[in-house]
Amino acid sequence: MSESAEALVVEDLHKSFGSVEVLKGISLVAREHDVVSILGSSGSGKSTLLRCINLLEIPDAGNVYVHGELIRMSTKPGAARVPEDKRQVERMRSRLAMVFQQFNLWSHMTVMQNVIEAPMHVLKVPRAEAVERAEAVLQRVDMYERKDYYPAHLSGGQQQRAAIARALAMEPAMMLFDEPTSALDPELVGEVLKVIRGLAEEGRTMLVVTHEMAFARDVSTKVMFLHEGQVEEDGVPAQVFDQPKSARFRQFLAGALR
Amino acid sequence: MLDLHGYLPLILKGTLLTVEVALLSLLMAIILGLLGAAAKLSGSRGVRLLAQVYTTLIRGVPDLVLMTLIYFGGQILVNNIGDRLGWDYVDVSPFAAGVLTIGFIFGAYLTETFRGGIMAVSRGEIEAGHAYGMTPRQVFFRITLPAMVRHALPGFSNNWLVLAKTTALVSVIGLHDMVYNAGQAGGATRQPFTFYLLVALLFLVLTGVSDICLRWVERRYSVGVRKA
Repeated sequence: MSESAEALVVEDLHKSFGSVEVLKGISLVAREHDVVSILGSSGSGKSTLLRCINLLEIPDAGNVYVHGELIRMSTKPGAARVPEDKRQVERMRSRLAMVFQQFNLWSHMTVMQNVIEAPMHVLKVPRAEAVERAEAVLQRVDMYERKDYYPAHLSGGQQQRAAIARALAMEPAMMLFDEPTSALDPELVGEVLKVIRGLAEEGRTMLVVTHEMAFARDVSTKVMFLHEGQVEEDGVPAQVFDQPKSARFRQFLAGALR
Repeated sequence: MLDLHGYLPLILKGTLLTVEVALLSLLMAIILGLLGAAAKLSGSRGVRLLAQVYTTLIRGVPDLVLMTLIYFGGQILVNNIGDRLGWDYVDVSPFAAGVLTIGFIFGAYLTETFRGGIMAVSRGEIEAGHAYGMTPRQVFFRITLPAMVRHALPGFSNNWLVLAKTTALVSVIGLHDMVYNAGQAGGATRQPFTFYLLVALLFLVLTGVSDICLRWVERRYSVGVRKA
C-alpha cells in the first residue's frame, strides 16, 4: 500500500497554562485514513493537544498543517500569539469536526437543528440539502427516530451519537474525538463506541483521545502515549501494546487493564 | 360604576402615551442592556470600566432624581452645544426626554440581567460553535443570544414591569401621560380618588397583558428544558 497524503501535521507544539507547561514539544503526522489514538493519564496533555490543533487553545509555539496548509500565526513581540487570518482558522475548523466529552449539543435546538446548523450557516449548504444530509447521518448513528427531540430529553449515549451526526454532517476531512465516552454511564459506552468503530473501519481520518484500550488496540492505525506533555511512546498498535519500550507506558497499561 | 364626567377619552389618550413611552424606552433599554452586557464581558479593561461606571451610577441614584437631572441637564447641554453651533433655542420635548431617561435607567438594570443570562450559557455550547467554524458574530446571534434568553427572562420580566410603572414619573416633566391626565381630571372634578383608581386599574391591565405575553415567550424559549 502506498502512503496516503498527510491530512494533519503537527510540529513541535508547546503550550503552557500560567507556569505549568502542559505540552512540551509534540509532533504528530496523520495520513488520510489514519486513526490515531492518543492515550495518557489525566493531566498528560492529551485533550490540550487536540484543542491546540483546532485552536480552541492557542499554542505558544509550533506549527499545525491541515492538508499541507500551514495555519499562520502572528507573533508580535510582547503580545500574545494570535492566528494571522481568522477566516483561515474558521475554514480549517469547519474541516476538522470535533466531538466533545460533554457532547456540547446546542440545547435550544432539536437534534435535527443541531445537525443542519453548521452545514447551513458555515458551509452555506441550502436547507433542503442540509436536511437530506442530516437525515442520512442520523440514520447512520441510529438517531433518526429522535431527530425532533431536544438534547435535554436524550440519554448521554443518544446525545453523543447526535453529536457525532453533527460532526459527520460537515463531511469533515478529519474528525477529532475528545474522550467521547468518558462522560457516559458504563452501559451507554458500547453504543457510542460501536458508531466510532464503524467510522474508523470505513477509513475516515480521525484523532481519538481515549481511555478505551480495546478500541485503541483494535481500531487505530497509530497509537501515541503522552506523559507529562511529551510523547513517551508511539507506533502501530501491535508493536506498542505487545512490546512497549517505555516503562511508564507498561505501568499505564497495567493500570488500565487491571 | 365610576362617574368620569366625560374624562374617559382624555385618560385613554394618556394611556396610549404611557404605552408608547414604555415600549420605546424598553427598546432603548434592551439595546443599551445588550451593549452594556457585552461591554462588561469584554476583554478590554477600559470598556469594562465604562460599563461599570454606567451601571453603578444609574443604579445608585433614584429614578425621579435622574429623570429631572437628565431632563433639565439635557436641556442645558443641548443648548450649550446649540449656542456654539449658532442654533436657535432648542426645546427638548418631554416625550423624547422621558423615553431617553427611562431607556437609559433601565439599560443599566438590563445590563446586569443580560450579563447574568450570558454567563449562565454553557461554555461548551459556545465553544462548539467556534469549533464548527462559526464566526464570533454567528456564535453570538445563533448560540449565545437564544440560549441566554431563557436565563435572562425572569429578570427581564421583572424589569419590564418596573419600567412600565416608572413611566408614571414622566408626568413630573410635563408629559401628558395617563397619570398626568388623571391628576388634571381629578383636580377639575374634585374626585382625585376616582381617577387615580382608574389609572391603577389601567396599569394592572397593562401589566397583566404583559405577564401573559411574557409567559408565552418563556414557554417558547424553554422548549428544550427538562421539566423539574
